[in-house]
Amino acid sequence: MNNKVKLTIDGKSIKAEAGKNLVDVAKENKIFIPTLCYFKELNPLGTCRICTVKLNGKHTTGCTVKVSEGMNIEVNTPELLDNRKAIIEMLYAEGNHFCPTCEKSGNCDMQNHAYDMGITVTRYPHVFSDKIVDFTPKRMIMETNRCILCKRCVEEIKTRDGKDVFSFVERGVRTRVHIDYEQEAKLSEAEALHAMNICPVGAILIKGVAHEQPFGERKYDVLGKDIIPSLKNGKIKKEDHEKFIVATTSLAGCFGCHMSLLDIDTDLLDMLEIVEFNKSPFTDIKKFSKRCHIGLIEGGCANTENVHVLREFRKKCDILIGFGECAIMGGIPAMRNFISLKECLEESYLNGTTSEIGADIIPAHEDLPKLLNNVYPCNEVVKIDYYIPGCPPNAEHIWKVVKSILLGEKFSITHDEFKYD
Amino acid sequence: MSVLWDVQRKKRFISHDDMTKISQEFNMSRMELEGVVTFYHFYHRTDCGKYTIYINECVISQYSGRNKIVEAFEEAIGVKMGHVTADKMFGLFKSPCIGLSDQEPACLINFQPFTHLTPYKIKDIISQIRNGKKAFEICDTPKSVIQYKPSIDKTVFFKPYVPYATLSFLEKYNPEEIIEKIKKSKLAGRGGAFFPTGLKWQFCHNNKADQKYIICNADEGEPGTFKDRVLLEEHPELLIEGMIFAAYSVGASIGAIYLRAEYRYLKQKLEKLLSKYREDGKLGKEILAKIPFDFDIYIHLGAGAYICGEETALIHSMEGKRGEPSTKEVFPVEKGFNDKPTVVNNVETLCAVPRILEMGVDSWLALGTDKTPGTKLLSVSGDCEKKGIYEIEWGMNMREFINLTGAKDIKMIQFSGPSGELLSEIDFDRNISGEDLQCGGSVMIFDNKRDLLHILKNYSNFFVEESCGICVPCRTGNFLLNKKINKLILGHAEEKDLADIKEWSKIIKTTSRCGLGQSSSNSLNDAMKKFPEIFKQRLSENTDFNKAFNLEKAIEEYDNIINDLSTPYE
Repeated sequence: MNNKVKLTIDGKSIKAEAGKNLVDVAKENKIFIPTLCYFKELNPLGTCRICTVKLNGKHTTGCTVKVSEGMNIEVNTPELLDNRKAIIEMLYAEGNHFCPTCEKSGNCDMQNHAYDMGITVTRYPHVFSDKIVDFTPKRMIMETNRCILCKRCVEEIKTRDGKDVFSFVERGVRTRVHIDYEQEAKLSEAEALHAMNICPVGAILIKGVAHEQPFGERKYDVLGKDIIPSLKNGKIKKEDHEKFIVATTSLAGCFGCHMSLLDIDTDLLDMLEIVEFNKSPFTDIKKFSKRCHIGLIEGGCANTENVHVLREFRKKCDILIGFGECAIMGGIPAMRNFISLKECLEESYLNGTTSEIGADIIPAHEDLPKLLNNVYPCNEVVKIDYYIPGCPPNAEHIWKVVKSILLGEKFSITHDEFKYD
Repeated sequence: MSVLWDVQRKKRFISHDDMTKISQEFNMSRMELEGVVTFYHFYHRTDCGKYTIYINECVISQYSGRNKIVEAFEEAIGVKMGHVTADKMFGLFKSPCIGLSDQEPACLINFQPFTHLTPYKIKDIISQIRNGKKAFEICDTPKSVIQYKPSIDKTVFFKPYVPYATLSFLEKYNPEEIIEKIKKSKLAGRGGAFFPTGLKWQFCHNNKADQKYIICNADEGEPGTFKDRVLLEEHPELLIEGMIFAAYSVGASIGAIYLRAEYRYLKQKLEKLLSKYREDGKLGKEILAKIPFDFDIYIHLGAGAYICGEETALIHSMEGKRGEPSTKEVFPVEKGFNDKPTVVNNVETLCAVPRILEMGVDSWLALGTDKTPGTKLLSVSGDCEKKGIYEIEWGMNMREFINLTGAKDIKMIQFSGPSGELLSEIDFDRNISGEDLQCGGSVMIFDNKRDLLHILKNYSNFFVEESCGICVPCRTGNFLLNKKINKLILGHAEEKDLADIKEWSKIIKTTSRCGLGQSSSNSLNDAMKKFPEIFKQRLSENTDFNKAFNLEKAIEEYDNIINDLSTPYE
């Protein structure tokens, strides 16, 4: 069949085989339409919606379009780019995506899209879902909290007698993918691995098979394009002879981000030419002695003290920057959000393997900060102006952002500096 | 699905073992079946009581005194909402709109309707059931309240009809001619999508296949609508004959009525009528026509899911699957039920067909407006004197219509259901027509006593509950919008939150997979546009602190744990 049709994608005139899938046609012509649920062996599923394009002025998913004569398609308009970003962000908010602890990190389609789109934070509040992590199947682990319900596994993985292994259950926000244990047991080793590999995130895992590719050799360890963040505020006002004043703190974090901050080595001396630190672990100044231009926040809010410090920073700083995953979305400490507080305390102080034998006290004193029911990302407590993602963020990345905000300069972050897993 | 219904009805729930058995029988995995069972809210996984009571969650029901009714039930049976009595006698559950908005407060007990409830009536009902009466023996018959129809020469639906009379057209015309007539009549899908019916039939007619289907969509789920219920009560013969014409035109030999479970009480009557048609040779083999044809109709019972009103979801549901809508690259007229060409039409659309043929296309076209000829059925509920069905000629002025309902002191009108358009005073000079105000059938009127945000919250709850869950913008987007409404209600919202709502709605609208997500945020955005002052009142001043974060609340749990622990030491 050599039935050629003419169409336009983003103003570019293109010839293609009639009836061919738009995503593939665009790719051949070096126009990239991101997809999560689409992969060629399957019928287009149209579940993830990130390939949404405009076809003759109407929104539709790219993966379900078969090209025909005269189509006018828009892919990379600002609106569509933002829609795509928004959907990925929504997926991040909906599930629990702790990249630093995820087996699939570096091989994850969704993570790769997030890097490419330069997502620093999700615009939506985190749901911190508490769904089942199912260890019962013979060979697999189903981490439902990471599942984005793309339906790939549901459609693709069948037993030899044609039965479904994975199925959608419930509906609305409660929709999940569950595994049928009996059918799962029938799968061969290769079929099970295939299931894990087609999962675009880290929801389907095979027991005993860790991802052992070293850094640099994983599916998405390739260099991408630079990320050009946008600055919101105008130039910072100060007298010429004065230095910029910066404060830093670590809330519920590990101080790793502060360590990374120091990794610019001798450049730090240049930095000190224009910057003066106020309240910060670097200076050991405990209380703000003056108003600051920038406050750098590491870590989320796990207790009352964190909240007080964060609020204090908001009051005393013109601009707040959340740096590191914990400040942005709660990070590793937020993994306790799925366990009841009581259980956490008992495990730490009474029943845990590291607690002293015979220990029977959970520390509580009026001088001790109280634990919050959950670990909260900073932006759920106060307004945060900028985010620097990473675990920890790259030193260059941090200083580029800080410097550019202080000097009001445009800047770009290389893909390598942006990636951190 | 009918097997699942049998189990549900006999055992009052579908157990793990039953699912294993059924899945083996149908050669599917147990989990796949579980996926189907859990999709529909009328299938229960635990015993739902010998007598299962469903109460409407819709805002209309709430404003008709739903809470008192719930309390009365709770008192009478002794358990709270969502629970079953210890003796497994009664179960009390919530349900989205049950299609009795003009007779609220109402409930379904074992899918039998009970209307105009009062606490006293409830006591009586429960005691009668306790004394061995069956629900169908004591239930009400929902009255068809037809409040208005145009003068007799202009009425289309609600006038006497002689069964079989119009069927003589079958002998006069061949299928193409009937399609041509329907096309000329500009009849369009009355479920709310307004796709030209003639065109749909034409497409299906043109697709050659060994088997085609006609499906009647009687899954009227849009809150506030009940016009199809009234049509099914008053003129079921119109529907059956409409289906016969459709079948003849497109060449289908099997028809199905997808009847929502909430209308199960209509099933028996419909079945009786169907057998009468069969006996009289109007259904079955070799139906008399210019080109004789075979056609029969069966009834498929839904199991509770709003999304199944979407035609592709409905087809999936009929195939015994989860009611998820398909992507739109192939239409049912090409590949529908069992992958065969299928026409899905709304009850009102099909009922209009014999009427159009009976009165002649020209007299039909003389009614209404250019784009939407004929009349339209509107289900009116809420704060007005005359609730019920209105058959109006398309083109009626909104104010004239409001006068008919006797509504006063109106704050807003929800037109075409929560996914439709929210109208305020400024819209009342508009006309109800395809050119201006299109309406699927639901008209809910709210007066100035009502709290706009409360209404919007109710809509939002509905969409969160009824999203099929397959695409993230609708599944989570609606959930997040719901949280924003909470924030507004609690007075924690700032201007930024309103901007967020606008932006997020747009994203949900443009990226959702089907009409549910594409329209779910309509009313919220209309409301923000038309009642900016109400939203402004609820805003608090802009700060850099998120007021939704409450430190006292966040440490409550910790305080409780420490209190519990420290008491024994002291």
